[in-house]
Amino acid sequence: MYGWTGTTLRIDLTKGIATREATNMTLAHEYIGARGLGGRILTDEVDHNVDALSPANKLIFAPGPFTGTFAPSAGRFNVITKSPLNGTIAASNSGGTFGAELKYAGYDMVIIEGKSPKPVYLWIKNDQVELRDASGLWGLNAHDATDAVRELTDEDAKVACIGPAGEHLALMGCIMNEMHRAAGRTGVGAVMGSKNLKAFAVVGTGSVTVADPVAFKAAVMKARGKIQAHPVGGAGLKAYGTNVLVNILNETGALPTRNFQDGYFPTADKTGGESLAAKQLVRPKGCFSCIISCGRVTKVDNPEYAGIGEGPEYETAWGFGADCGIDDLDAITKANFLCNEYGMDTIACASTIACAMELFERGYLTLADTDGIDLRWGDAHAMVEMVRKCGEGEGFGKRLAEGSYRLADSVGHPELSMTVKKQEMPAYDPRGVQGIGLNYATNNRGGCHVRGYTIAVEVLGNGMSMDPHVTEGKAGLGIAFQNLTAALDSSGACLFSTFGIGGDELAEMLTALTGVSYTVEEFVKIGERIWNNERMWNLDNGYTSADDTLPQRLLDEPILTGPSKGEVNHLGEMLPEYYSLRGWDEDGVPTEATLESLSL
Amino acid sequence: MAKILMIHPDKCTGCRNCELACSFQHEAAFRPGATNVHVFTWEREGFSVPMMCQQCDDAACVRVCPTGAMRHSSDTPNLVEYDEATCIGCKMCVVACPFGNASYDSKAKRIAKCDTCAGAPECVLFCPNGALEFAEDGEQIRARKKAYASKFKDVFQEVR
Repeated sequence: MYGWTGTTLRIDLTKGIATREATNMTLAHEYIGARGLGGRILTDEVDHNVDALSPANKLIFAPGPFTGTFAPSAGRFNVITKSPLNGTIAASNSGGTFGAELKYAGYDMVIIEGKSPKPVYLWIKNDQVELRDASGLWGLNAHDATDAVRELTDEDAKVACIGPAGEHLALMGCIMNEMHRAAGRTGVGAVMGSKNLKAFAVVGTGSVTVADPVAFKAAVMKARGKIQAHPVGGAGLKAYGTNVLVNILNETGALPTRNFQDGYFPTADKTGGESLAAKQLVRPKGCFSCIISCGRVTKVDNPEYAGIGEGPEYETAWGFGADCGIDDLDAITKANFLCNEYGMDTIACASTIACAMELFERGYLTLADTDGIDLRWGDAHAMVEMVRKCGEGEGFGKRLAEGSYRLADSVGHPELSMTVKKQEMPAYDPRGVQGIGLNYATNNRGGCHVRGYTIAVEVLGNGMSMDPHVTEGKAGLGIAFQNLTAALDSSGACLFSTFGIGGDELAEMLTALTGVSYTVEEFVKIGERIWNNERMWNLDNGYTSADDTLPQRLLDEPILTGPSKGEVNHLGEMLPEYYSLRGWDEDGVPTEATLESLSL
Repeated sequence: MAKILMIHPDKCTGCRNCELACSFQHEAAFRPGATNVHVFTWEREGFSVPMMCQQCDDAACVRVCPTGAMRHSSDTPNLVEYDEATCIGCKMCVVACPFGNASYDSKAKRIAKCDTCAGAPECVLFCPNGALEFAEDGEQIRARKKAYASKFKDVFQEVR
């Protein structure tokens, strides 16, 4: 067995037992690993009707074949579960070193089932698997819990855990690993909390083996060279982090501002990667096997927001910045530090606060709702206080923690929630960049940018360029990105490696590593299979084509100022073509022929 | 002139590509638990330090080795060689090294210690950040000195 370990671990929290089984290699070949394989296991084993926060849901930790090797920037893992936020199939992707350590411990997947009667943490050292009492850890933030678990297990253990947000079942709760990395989206932290599982620590001393070492090294060196020669993959992300995008998107007129009321923020530069590098950056940080180093170790000296930690990334700087009408980078970074400690998705948290600000400005929320805090656009103090309340689940924070859809809906204005399928949209305004709107609308986990990052072509000109303001060709573009990304996510690679390499290099490395032959066409076909498998689960869950849409604001209300002034998103021009190219009927249901061609 | 391996922790991002390269070079697989270079990361501070054999001139491991398995190379300057064939696995070198840079690999039953990959260290090749360097001893010290001197220069220029 090469690339994969061949072993899957199953933990029954209800009974407190662990069992080892052979990884289903037929499915592994067809779905690769991580998001693909874990997703297929979830759709096979979990009834789509289950309550996501009940013991019947499962929580799957899955690295990919590349994870643990020196394939460049490919040390990632996924957490797969049914999302408590929106009921979709959730796969939340994280870096750090946790995934690699799981591989060295000997596992392709760890499937966590049931619910522990009391708080526990899971401790795995190679073959040794223990569930231990975590009553002393409950309530600790993610950083303190990580330290505490290490004291109880091994000082170099890799620890994934939830903070207070996951404990109080916040639907924006994420799973933090190595303190600053997050399986961020879709509420996976709430599922972990619902199972009374505070933390998961692992130490592995085994190997990941290679089918053809000579060919693998050659393929890796080639891929490394391409990433390192790329202006974004090789230099841009290391110098400025993902936050280099603030100015680029603002100049495109697609930086959503004040809860997507506008697409341009005049003082955005104060929150961008260049300002961060000048004011706060201590050094770049890399995940396991990363040659890009987009991570930011940052330090804030301003006593009001002082601290040291990691971030913000672009989405975070945008969310707590432009989307809240805020240009105070110290406050933004502080909000990021708090999210990492409480274990909260920064995109969901920021966008929900932006939504609350608009509800307040319009009088739909009052001081009585907000615990007496004047929630005005641009008020950095109020924003940071809201993050804290949200993390604690205290007062108004309890309502924020449910996400913007439920908050806006509770006051009768769901149209002011900037969500797709109840999940908050990230930092690219679909009125200024047409194709990303189609991707938000059709994304299998709701508003999300990382599964069809057409920005690479529409804004950054990576490989090829397309005008962001036109709809023509965007359906095909979106599908190409979605399929490639699904396969890439399943291999353990990082999306950012596509700033330099694509399916050709990934397929070549995967073939040499595993000894299973993958052509680039087969690799992309696997992505299509994964996409359709996820789609079928969502349809079974009650989703229809009516949910493949965007907030009405983006279809009706033009951007007010900046380079994309006057633009709306023309989803209706793209969606029918998208369905057709996908081999789906006009209701967005995959046809029999499509499913058959994908062995589904 | 002789080449020496130097670490630059200020440039290290904690990616551990050096461990992976070392492991792959020595066993064509990835087993960072038993490599000759290890990266330690302090997550709260965001600081990482790669650790590997410094090829000491007055090497504790060489002095305590009862069989001569750990010895100064006769043909390569700045290299402490490890000869697996004469090693009896007593682990005295592991005990003696003040840096912890000789470790015992219980799976392979051998001492894990940097051999500079016969003068072409893979860890240096794979480090994407220049945190590991294999260069002529005089040159790299001068480069480091000069880098620091340029900081002084910037400060003084600002003062004027």
